[in-house]
Amino acid sequence: MPADDVLVAPNILEYPYARSVGPVIGRFMTGLRDGRIFGIRASDGRVIVPPTEYDPVTSETLGEDRFVEVGQAGVVTTWAWVHQPRERHPLQRPFGWALVRLDGADTGLLHAVDAGDESRMATGMRVRVRWRDERVGEIQDIACFAPEAG
Amino acid sequence: MAEPVTRISTPMRLEYRFTPGRAASRFLRHVEQGELLGQRCPNCRKVYIPPRGACAACGVPTDEEVRVADKGTVTTFCVVNVPFYGQKIEIPYVSATILLDGADIGIFHLVQEVPAEDVHMGMRVEAVWHDERRPTLESISHFKPTGEPDAPFESYKDYV
Ligand SMILES: [Zn+2]
Repeated sequence: MPADDVLVAPNILEYPYARSVGPVIGRFMTGLRDGRIFGIRASDGRVIVPPTEYDPVTSETLGEDRFVEVGQAGVVTTWAWVHQPRERHPLQRPFGWALVRLDGADTGLLHAVDAGDESRMATGMRVRVRWRDERVGEIQDIACFAPEAG
Repeated sequence: MAEPVTRISTPMRLEYRFTPGRAASRFLRHVEQGELLGQRCPNCRKVYIPPRGACAACGVPTDEEVRVADKGTVTTFCVVNVPFYGQKIEIPYVSATILLDGADIGIFHLVQEVPAEDVHMGMRVEAVWHDERRPTLESISHFKPTGEPDAPFESYKDYV
């Protein structure tokens, strides 16, 4: 007679998605590959980073004449500390997820901050991009942000 | 200046630890023995396979175990012509819902040893087991036609 114990097995779902990015996100990704960060100017004058294809207020199409290059450092507007990074997280040591409002931008870009310790994270802190050595045109081209010296 | 970026890769991976629970674990242990074991609802008398330990319609435990045949009737099917990542079988192939004799719910499996265009509703099929069986429905390689006359639509109309 078969045993009556309950079975357990790993069940792994994997989706190897690729997506086309279109002209607006494409420009953002191309910028990252080239070590530059682009936003887009909305109808109310705000600079949105990453750029959106449509105006968040009027819904009008935001054309390619509205791209704005922004700074490579900025301010943490909100954050959450990760004590135990997961396998696919950008850093394999404790880090902060943060919204970073880059200089010249009016919105926050979500990325990792390599602050070392939670006590070094603060709303309003200045952080700067740390680029990956080999860039291909994806958000991971920004390896992370790091606290600005001083 | 390099070409503009037009595509990004956005893979997704979800890692689960799956347990089928007590009833389906017993079912899978029996599959390892080359047997198909369902459970009958004490209220509506329907036989579920694989068993889930309860009748979803009546909300009562299903304790009575029932042997179900390893042959049955194709109630519906799909000819797969589209290649996809991770595909293990050469296309075109046929996935079908098979109402095993003695069961009241279909199981999903492959129908092979027959041209895809010849598979049809009511076709009688039987399991082709692997010699080496494990506690998984993959212990059945596929189903193949039995050669019996088609089951009349009346016999499976409540299951399509
Ligand atoms: Zn029932």
